[in-house]
Amino acid sequence: MSDESTNDGATNEGTAADTTGEDVTAEDVTAEDVRHVAGLARVDLDDDEVDRFTEQFGAILEYFETLDDVPETDAEPDLVNVLRADETREGLRQAEALRNAPETEDGYFKGPRVS
Amino acid sequence: MASEHTEAATGEAGASDETDRTSGGSGSAEDEYNAFLTREGIERSADGPLSNMRVAVKDNISTEGIETTCGSAMLADYVPPYDATVVTRLKGAGATIVGKTNMDEFGMGGTTETSAFGPTENPRAPGRVAGGSSGGSAAAVAAGLADAALGSDTGGSIRNPAAFCGVVGLKPTYGLVSRYGLVAYANSLEQIGPIAPTVEEAGEVLDVIAGPDDRDATTCPPADHGSETDSGDDTADSENAGGEQPDGSYADAATGDVEGTTIGVLADLVDGADEAVVDAFERSIDALEDQGATIEAVSLESIDHALAAYYVIAMGEASSNLARFDGVRYGPSPAEDDGESERGGDWNEAYARVREAGFGEEVKRRVLLGTYALSAGYHDKYYAKAQDARTWVKRDFEAAFEDVDVLASPTMPVIPPKVGERIDDPLRLYLMDANTVPVNLANLPAVSVPAVETPGSRHDDDSEGHDNDGRENQNLPVGVQFIGRAFDEAGILRVASALD
Repeated sequence: MSDESTNDGATNEGTAADTTGEDVTAEDVTAEDVRHVAGLARVDLDDDEVDRFTEQFGAILEYFETLDDVPETDAEPDLVNVLRADETREGLRQAEALRNAPETEDGYFKGPRVS
Repeated sequence: MASEHTEAATGEAGASDETDRTSGGSGSAEDEYNAFLTREGIERSADGPLSNMRVAVKDNISTEGIETTCGSAMLADYVPPYDATVVTRLKGAGATIVGKTNMDEFGMGGTTETSAFGPTENPRAPGRVAGGSSGGSAAAVAAGLADAALGSDTGGSIRNPAAFCGVVGLKPTYGLVSRYGLVAYANSLEQIGPIAPTVEEAGEVLDVIAGPDDRDATTCPPADHGSETDSGDDTADSENAGGEQPDGSYADAATGDVEGTTIGVLADLVDGADEAVVDAFERSIDALEDQGATIEAVSLESIDHALAAYYVIAMGEASSNLARFDGVRYGPSPAEDDGESERGGDWNEAYARVREAGFGEEVKRRVLLGTYALSAGYHDKYYAKAQDARTWVKRDFEAAFEDVDVLASPTMPVIPPKVGERIDDPLRLYLMDANTVPVNLANLPAVSVPAVETPGSRHDDDSEGHDNDGRENQNLPVGVQFIGRAFDEAGILRVASALD
């Protein structure tokens, strides 16, 4: 899911911003917006949740808009590479890695059908 | 030889069969506060500095062979195949682990009411929340069911319940304690830290869990701790350099000596607090001044923006981190909710069904808001501005620490709410975190200690003759927060110990 939600500036299909216009204000959050984001996040919602979230998101996003007043800063992240020797070491055994999976088959995780 | 520590571990090697998800199992004292999700003793396997300590561990910290639920239905049956580094270190230090503690689901909450397994009640304030998200850890310590506990703190989740339950809780500098084995919520913000009845005991636990770990690349070697106060850079290459543990240990830093220390009071965070909180906080500051500390008022221009920035960043990271819960490697089966193993629809639909069933409402709320704030058209408006604010907050703190040694504020702006009082208003709940989140944005260490003459404070015992007039909520816990320079845990523990 995060490949869509954390896009790095490239345009993306049908986000809330595209459908409702760039200068949308937070109070304008609609049930449609909530359903759209829930789809991006792969979370089904029931109708009551959609209604509650629509109302709450308006208030929360309005609060987030106080960030408009924050001046631009030049971040100088003090990042360093942390490396280690490329040596094999003990990891999880296959049985341990599979232990919590709801379904496995022949030593593999079994996921839902792709289509 | 370990017999005096095994009361909770009746099963020896088969101890994992002794799991008790509810309360009061295994011959231990009753857990009337719902502090524990699993009560199970790990018999101590070594002798060490914590040989006499019963330690409870928050249920988002992995314990090999023992359920680690994160307070979520999504992980209700999850059993980690390995120990978190902090758990390995506790065991190696001789600690007896007495169980896994209740928490807000995945750490998302400030009251432990978002736990899928019911709220934790406050042992020191009946009918009120224990705080959160490490509410079970703080309640276990406050109720005497554990001598100390581990919590995790993403935006206050150690300090908040420590303040509400009248115990000590420390959020370490980012990079001091390994996060290996901590189930991630917001990686750039969170740290594991100790909760204990006293500052000295919190220091004893920190002594054991602190230090670099090659399984967490964000941990820093002591030589990089670069304290601006003592030991110049020229000694940084020697073995003992870095000033990580002045006088040998964090526990030893709890000297109670504040003579000559300059404490900056964060005026903006005092102004917004409840009257009862302000009263207790000011009495504590007065006590420190009486003991020789110098008090100054400090104002940080950026601090009004910290809360919004925190929530945008935390929710954004959460939306990415929690993508892993899809019912394939762990969690409920995609087929379970409808009983059809080959139900129609593609895998995205199957994931969405699992996540609807497995996540509680607050987790969904944060995942959705994080997704929204990172989506096309909104990334610059929310996430980029939040990162700007984070840098601004860091710089404001750095500037403040040019003039003061330690900063102080009330830990929480409110007294512990009643169970159920706030849970339906998410924004109002978020606003409770105003005093704790700036520290996480700035990667700094902070400790919460009971205010003088409040429950949990040693001064509370001899306060009977005190004039209580006009103190409406006099019997409720209030925490004082001390914030230090990066890696100056010793400094804040020293100042905090002057109050307990």
